[in-house]
Amino acid sequence: MDILNALVALLNFVFIPALAYGSQLALGALGLTLVFGILRFSNFAHGDTMAFGTMWVILFTWWFQSMGISAGPLPTALLALPFGIAITAAFVLGTDRVVYRFYRKKKAAPIILVIVSTGVMFIMNGLTRMIIGAEEQSFADGARFVMTAQQFKDMTGLQEGLAIKATTAITVAIAAICVALLFWFLQRTRTGKSMRAFSDNEDLALLSGINPERVVMVTWIIATALAVIAGTLYGLDKSFRPFIYFQLLLPIAAAAVVGGLGSPLGAIAGGFVIAFSEVFVTYAWKKVVGYLVTLDLAPETLLQLLSTDYKFAVSFAILIIVLLFMPTGIFKGK
Amino acid sequence: MKKLLLASAATALLAGAASAEDVKIGILIGFTGPIESLTGHMANAAELAMSEANASGKAANGMVFVPVRADDTCGDSAAGVTAAERLVTAEGVKGIMGGDCSGVTGAVLQNVARPNGIAMVSPSATSPALSTAEDDGLFFRTAPSDAREGEVMADILVEHGIKSIALTYSNTDYGKGLAEAISGAFTAKGGTVTINIPHEDGKADYSAEVASLAAAGGDILVVAGYLDQGGKGIIQASLDAGAFSKFGLPGGMVGDNLPKVIGPALDGSFGQVAQSDSPGAAILTEMGKTAATPFDATSPYSMESYDAAALIMLAMQAAGSTDSKVYSQKIMDIANAPGEKILPGEIGKALQLISEGKDIDYDGASGVELIGPGESAGRYKEFEVKGGKFETVKFR
Repeated sequence: MDILNALVALLNFVFIPALAYGSQLALGALGLTLVFGILRFSNFAHGDTMAFGTMWVILFTWWFQSMGISAGPLPTALLALPFGIAITAAFVLGTDRVVYRFYRKKKAAPIILVIVSTGVMFIMNGLTRMIIGAEEQSFADGARFVMTAQQFKDMTGLQEGLAIKATTAITVAIAAICVALLFWFLQRTRTGKSMRAFSDNEDLALLSGINPERVVMVTWIIATALAVIAGTLYGLDKSFRPFIYFQLLLPIAAAAVVGGLGSPLGAIAGGFVIAFSEVFVTYAWKKVVGYLVTLDLAPETLLQLLSTDYKFAVSFAILIIVLLFMPTGIFKGK
Repeated sequence: MKKLLLASAATALLAGAASAEDVKIGILIGFTGPIESLTGHMANAAELAMSEANASGKAANGMVFVPVRADDTCGDSAAGVTAAERLVTAEGVKGIMGGDCSGVTGAVLQNVARPNGIAMVSPSATSPALSTAEDDGLFFRTAPSDAREGEVMADILVEHGIKSIALTYSNTDYGKGLAEAISGAFTAKGGTVTINIPHEDGKADYSAEVASLAAAGGDILVVAGYLDQGGKGIIQASLDAGAFSKFGLPGGMVGDNLPKVIGPALDGSFGQVAQSDSPGAAILTEMGKTAATPFDATSPYSMESYDAAALIMLAMQAAGSTDSKVYSQKIMDIANAPGEKILPGEIGKALQLISEGKDIDYDGASGVELIGPGESAGRYKEFEVKGGKFETVKFR
């Protein structure tokens, strides 16, 4: 019984939150890594693309809600998602036309593109605040729980509860679907193959007749879609505030680098490595250990490696360790 | 010898002349800075008390009180000290209504008030550290110390039969001070604090903090934070994970927004907030609306500002002197029982009573009752959340 309680406590407070957070980071990191692989620069505006897209999803959600359209037990935001993606993709393609293409034509160095993307970041940042404001917005509706802690306790008779939020389940499911679709697209379709060819060797790809503008366009659309989905899932599961999305860029970038920039598989692995280590290192193990050992051995202290204040430090420590010992990341990126 | 006699005669003459004329009182609060939205009301309230005293014409020696405003910026101690220095040396104030924020107030007390022997009555500095600061008997406040809120919270927890609490605080001076006060008072009463950790405001995800709090356990979770910030996130995440179902809510968590966002799950949680049930509060609120320069007395610390200015003037009257070292000894007497209760709008009556040699018990707008080293005991409203409303249990 006690091992079961320990396991449930671990699942409830460590595994499930980390799984949801990891999925959100992985989706964000996938978009970042795609842009890096094909356009060859780190897109600093990625966090604010998430905020901008999520803002449109929220606005459509409110509109749908006011018209009485809902998705039953699912959040209305899922219905609004395609519209948010469409508007954001159009905006991002517009920036590419107006800003990035100019520098691409000049074959500008990657660092210049990074700085240009910082400019784009500030503009999207400002637009988001002008349209929806800097405050927190909540737009989650539908069922809140798949299973509450109390229901689980009643069902199993265990001391520890296991809560599964609807948004957590949706996050993990959608992340899995997106990843599957993306890999199918990259491996099996003509456009996907041309994207990979372009990423591997640009000159060779151009020689074999691949249209670079088309590849760039598809890359932007996919990266934007992933960003908006990640942003919406994060907002549903936690809460939406433009500043938080701006900060989210850091763990996302860490995830992409840890996994290996340019490698989609690496982005997913990196997302989970960052999310799990943040929660594992700052978790107080007292309760779990208390269930596993006999009463007189139960720990007095909290058994916490690091205070939760250092949550963000953990992702950066991992980032530095990876860069020192495996500069190309776990999955041999660029 | 002759010179000395002459000099002392001149001083006596000067002192006599001054007491028959204007008595300047400094209003030293942050007209710019983090609480600038409050200080306009605070200054107007203090000035209303002075014009009320002047209009009555009952002050001894024909004293006429003149307010002198100065900006202590709330945040910048150096600027606050400079402003206070100007009040004392250039304007020659006889007392200071201020400062406002705890850090600046402490700096002004040590660098200006004590060296120059000028009394200060702060309407809004709540840091527990000021209770034990060296003050030569010159510092008073009409606002309660956060340590007091800790005591009140500990009492409420004990009365609810709570044996152990998990505690988390907003990582700010306010949150940290309050958490220390709660944990100290609750431990002293035999309770256990299983964990005491900070949370950063303005984050979206508090699952790591809640995981630690849940691992430590406790009968309830006390959240010494802000309702629109991390405090709400912590409560939401705790409920989602089934970590805690009841919460202890200090003043910073009280607002209609909280039950609205959290919903029925918040019912049964309880706490306290600094709020006066004194009859003076309603009177000053009315007076503020019709004053020559109207103000909102329900804005935080306005009532305390009115009371701080009133205390300085009444103490001068009682001591028959504008010398801070003399009249500061009277402040505790006039603020506390025995004596006739004085409410806002009765400053003239109070001056009259004092000149007749009668005792007064100044209650003012905030129900002034000074304890310990000369700080407000503070009135707290104990509440419980029922049906999404903060229902008053009682005042204490």
